[in-house]
Amino acid sequence: MKNLQEQNTQVEQSVFTAQLQRRSFLQYAGAGAAGIALIAAGCKKRDRGIPEYEGVVLDFKDDFGVLNYAYALEQLEAAFYIQVASAPPSGFSAAEKAYFQDIQFHEIAHREYLKKALGAAAIGSLEVNFSSINFTDRTSVLATAKAFEDLGVAAYNGAGVRLTTDAYLVAAGKIVSVEARHAAYIRDLISNGSFANAEVVDANGLDVALTPDKVLPIAANYVKTKINVINL
Amino acid sequence: MNIVNIIEEIEKVDGEIYERLNPRRAAMKDFYSMGKKIALAAMPLAMGSMFKKAYGQSTPTAITDVLNFALTLEYLEYHFYNHSLLAAPGLLTPGTPAHGAITTIRDHELAHVNLLKGALGGAAGKVYAYADFDFTAKGTFPTVYTDYKTFLAVAQAFEDTGVRAYKGQATVLKGNAVLTTALQIHSVEARHASHIRQMRAAPAGGGVAIKPWISLGAGGGANDSGVPQVDPVYAGEALDVQTGVTITGIATGVTKAAAVESFDEPLAKADVLTIASLFIK
Repeated sequence: MKNLQEQNTQVEQSVFTAQLQRRSFLQYAGAGAAGIALIAAGCKKRDRGIPEYEGVVLDFKDDFGVLNYAYALEQLEAAFYIQVASAPPSGFSAAEKAYFQDIQFHEIAHREYLKKALGAAAIGSLEVNFSSINFTDRTSVLATAKAFEDLGVAAYNGAGVRLTTDAYLVAAGKIVSVEARHAAYIRDLISNGSFANAEVVDANGLDVALTPDKVLPIAANYVKTKINVINL
Repeated sequence: MNIVNIIEEIEKVDGEIYERLNPRRAAMKDFYSMGKKIALAAMPLAMGSMFKKAYGQSTPTAITDVLNFALTLEYLEYHFYNHSLLAAPGLLTPGTPAHGAITTIRDHELAHVNLLKGALGGAAGKVYAYADFDFTAKGTFPTVYTDYKTFLAVAQAFEDTGVRAYKGQATVLKGNAVLTTALQIHSVEARHASHIRQMRAAPAGGGVAIKPWISLGAGGGANDSGVPQVDPVYAGEALDVQTGVTITGIATGVTKAAAVESFDEPLAKADVLTIASLFIK
């Protein structure tokens, strides 16, 4: 390759930019972990009886914990898009309104699917807190949508390895690629061509994968209900 | 540095990764300092050889097979895009958003080739060159490198196939650190697919009535691409029952189309290889 040295420099720069941008994305999405409690639960605690938690509990001891984690994130996304679709920002084009309707129904379908798959094991409904979002402003809505979609992709990518049931692993795989399609579409609305830029794809061509302990503090900025995590 | 993050991630599921990589944990420091020195472009290979060292001896054949299957698809995608940029005069104009997007995608496919090749090491299969492929699919798409709309239609088929192919292998990789890497490639392919679909929907791409996500095809069929020649790429995509749960009507407004769009379906390895074989000489 003739410009190998030059290419290396470019790759290097993009990697550093990616890290900086990713950091600023995290800052954007959340300033703290106010609504989330990480609880180190051991067997002994269980022996003494399961403590009563305020809010919901994500128990990562089995696949239901992972599915509930996904259910919590889908509840958040669905609530956001329902609000956007019911009263889109005045800056939205007809095509954008139609696609945000679509996305709304996708997230509702994901939420309801997970609820049914979980059955009696499903956590309750989360109360959201969207006070930081200006729903009348196109820029604010798109920035939030981008943050939610990229976070959703990273969350599913990071949680897949925890799943032990083939059917649930495949179901999660079926959902995550749709979230990635959303993410790319919304990114392109903000800046055409940013569908898979260095903010989200590294020098190895890999998307972001985040573990629940990284994802939940960000999500918690938009959730009033306390989310308790055990057996992570 | 990304590589360090990856190893830290693996450590969460495989606490012995450092031991596997090197019996002496302290020796990992060598790697950290090496990472700063060597060119980042060489990182996939360095990482690949590390995985080889960690899992190489005991990598089950099933996992090696998945990686080689993925490698073949990545070669196909890489050469398809690379040729469009280097040797298809008039197809993509440098400086345009289309040229930029295809360059981004080509670079990702090359990164995937290098990552998989490195991970496989000596177990890596055939090295495919451009000359090994026939992107007209034996005459089905004769204008693939002269007509922008045809080029995008084929690109969409490749990206949507790629998404389905990785998804189809998830259960083989279940619980393995390799699954996370595969998922990280899988969602990048989905981002590509979304963008290519948007390029087709734009006036220059033909103004095709197509969404960034796979919807229900005309007449309720599984193929929403408007290109009947790629029916096998979308076979089974019209499914609306997931693990026994019917998605259509699961809530108000969730139509069959919405249900189909909400879940991307996997494709079995044999079916993917049948599609790929149309483009391999």
